[in-house]
Amino acid sequence: MVEIPVIRWGKQYDSLEKQEVVHFETGEVLAQVHQANGGMLKMDRRFSQRARDVLRQIPIDTLIEMMAKAGDLYLNATLPLGNGTQTPAEFCRMQSATTGLPEHMSAFNMKKNFFVLTHMREILEALTRGLPLDILTRGYGKEARGIMLSYQANSPTLGMVLPSNSPGVHTLWMPVIPLQIGLVLKPGPQEPWTPYRMAEAFFQAGIPREAISIYPGGPEVGAAVIESCDRTMIFGGTATVERYHGNPRVQVHGPGFSKILLGDDVVDQWEKYIDLMADSIYLNSGRGCINCSGIWASRHTAEIADALGKRLGPIAPLPMTDSKASLAAFTIKGQAEAISAQIDEGCKQPGVTEVSAKYRGGDRLVVHERCDYLRPTVIHCASPEPTIVKAEYMFPFSTVVECPQDKMLSQIGQTLVCSAITKDPKWSQQLLDATNIDRLNIGDVKTIQLNWLQPHEGNIIDFLFRNRAFQNEAPPAH
Amino acid sequence: MSNVNAPATEAQLRQAKEKLDAHVREIVEWHFNPATGSPFWLEKVSELGFDPRKAVQTYDDLKKFPSFEDEWLRGGPISRWIPQGLKGKPVYVFETGGTTGIPKSRMQIDDWKTDYELFSHTLPDEHFPKGSNWLMLGPSGPRRLRLAVEHLAQYRGGICFCVDLDPRWVVKLIKRGNMKEMEAYRDHVIDQALTILSANHNIRCMFTTPKLLEALAMKLMENGSSIKASGITGIFSGGTEFTPQWYRFAMDELLIDPENPSSGPVFMTPTYGNTLMGLACGKPFDPADNYKITYFAPQPRAVIEVVEFKDYNTLVGYGQTGRVKLTTLTKETFIPGFMERDEGERELPIEKFPWDGISGTRPYHEFAKTTTVGVY
Repeated sequence: MVEIPVIRWGKQYDSLEKQEVVHFETGEVLAQVHQANGGMLKMDRRFSQRARDVLRQIPIDTLIEMMAKAGDLYLNATLPLGNGTQTPAEFCRMQSATTGLPEHMSAFNMKKNFFVLTHMREILEALTRGLPLDILTRGYGKEARGIMLSYQANSPTLGMVLPSNSPGVHTLWMPVIPLQIGLVLKPGPQEPWTPYRMAEAFFQAGIPREAISIYPGGPEVGAAVIESCDRTMIFGGTATVERYHGNPRVQVHGPGFSKILLGDDVVDQWEKYIDLMADSIYLNSGRGCINCSGIWASRHTAEIADALGKRLGPIAPLPMTDSKASLAAFTIKGQAEAISAQIDEGCKQPGVTEVSAKYRGGDRLVVHERCDYLRPTVIHCASPEPTIVKAEYMFPFSTVVECPQDKMLSQIGQTLVCSAITKDPKWSQQLLDATNIDRLNIGDVKTIQLNWLQPHEGNIIDFLFRNRAFQNEAPPAH
Repeated sequence: MSNVNAPATEAQLRQAKEKLDAHVREIVEWHFNPATGSPFWLEKVSELGFDPRKAVQTYDDLKKFPSFEDEWLRGGPISRWIPQGLKGKPVYVFETGGTTGIPKSRMQIDDWKTDYELFSHTLPDEHFPKGSNWLMLGPSGPRRLRLAVEHLAQYRGGICFCVDLDPRWVVKLIKRGNMKEMEAYRDHVIDQALTILSANHNIRCMFTTPKLLEALAMKLMENGSSIKASGITGIFSGGTEFTPQWYRFAMDELLIDPENPSSGPVFMTPTYGNTLMGLACGKPFDPADNYKITYFAPQPRAVIEVVEFKDYNTLVGYGQTGRVKLTTLTKETFIPGFMERDEGERELPIEKFPWDGISGTRPYHEFAKTTTVGVY
């Protein structure tokens, strides 16, 4: 039995409380994860500054090289895991077995993390807009055009309260260590695998152990992370987003409500974009905040919905080991059933029709002994009025909403990724001006096609550093 | 010298049972005798379908009573709980809950003093020196704990210093998600404690909760001090947050003097209790238990049973998990079979406490999702 300890600034701590991580299909216990208590984080907070100090002793250029090495180790090496070891294949199997994500998707996510770690220089250059990186170390310096700049770290550490169900989110914290900021990670209860494997890859690549803590535990530990770190990223639903809205210390990554908008200039050729729409909805099992949950057009919406239903409706669950498996399992009892019932309720409103049902050849909800699945669901909405238009779920689900183009931007609500397919310059400008859209794609771009050189839900540099005034000589007379 | 943690002998178990059964007969006679009983129970007799004074001769006979309903303790008149035999004595009312709606309340005259006097005899004098002063760093207001700890200090010849702490306000802040205000309020409470500790009052003993102990320890460390360096030598604390892991963490990290770790931690003893029961004592610390915490009710005044989740009249086996069932048996209060909001594992009797114990107390899993615990 693998036992995974708490990591307190690099040191293993064996707790008296352990939580079993079990295989969702067989019930087999895959590991026992030692549990931290909230007070431990407050105690360890005294050494937060040391985490940044030890990282600042290593030039950012060197840390970037270490990240590339860590990426290779993470992807290819057998690494220590608690009192045992773990190969890359075992990592995929374990992650799949506890999160319900098919194994090939776990492997894909590994490659995504590898890509980010091995392209760190370009990513940091892009996110800092070409800032000489030693300014982040020293706190000040002159850029090439001779202007004095100062960037002050808002916190010596970044806290991460990580989810269980979306292994894709780990790319968000990859740039933190090369920015010379320590990491305080609280893994999701079902997904301890990535934080531990990544941390071990970092250590073996030369990152000082004193820079990283990992505290598995319950909600009390999550609250302690937020309290103990001056900057924390958390993941949650709309309620969590609202709870921390306006709190500069906390960046919440919530539902995406990502959408595809078809402009009036292209909508008559909608068939051309079916692949783009279908992939945006269902790749990575539709779990991500960047998966599309709403397609908006002014006409042809019934035909678009029908075509998507025909494409996605027949997709059925396959074993986790099947390389064609495209649906993740719901491993929390009752969750899929509740979602399905919610969708059925939403479909009772006027103007709402589920079009995927007729192509599915079975129920949306597939009940297994220890897990459930939800099969892809496409809903046609004759207007933006029905409640279900604002829904997003963690499986391939999308509404297709009929709405005049000139009303779309005021009706779509908050949207993390908006892929607007149009060449209309006037509408493109309106899209660029719409503050309810975070990531904007204009053109034939799937919502899930992220360019890592772009910021995601806010630039992490702005979150971790404060660009402030600094002078060490009097300014020119004026 | 005998080992108080040794398993109880057959003779000890039998004696304890006989004592409990005799106590049950005495208490039932008192509460159901028209000359001494409380209006509540005297009125209830007609609904029971049996005469408790005849039908209840042993503790097991208490199963004849229907489940004690939580709601009976909410609202007034509080006087319906005052036994005729105690009429005219000064009455205290202590409350539990009450963040929203009407709190549960218990009328008491001397029980709270008696419970803490009995508890006092379990405290080791070397860690809780007689005559030394106390800090009560816990809930104030209509809570029994506030007065009880002060009485405990006085009973041991000391003086108790207290802080203002309104747990209902803390629960409201947490439910609103206003963690910043909650932290500010906690800091306000800790500031009061620091002021008292810095004022040369010879404080050696303290009651506090796990959350507040952490906050106090951290604040003292920030100031270059520690709980140990502040002069405190004995702490009693409790609640479902007092887990084995937390106990070890506290002993290893919160209660040592960072300047002199080899001098060992401040002594701390766990307790489990509430306004209805009184105070259950922790089994004396034994390294062999690996910080497992086992509580024993102050029998015969109160009895804890660990019962099946689906049959509250059936005990679970030793080591098995069940819900906490509480019976209070004093002349002031008779509460047969109150289902607590906690669960835990049934533990074997020991020499010091020759009746069932309970370990691993935690919020009952059915309620845990909606219960706000560890707020102060």
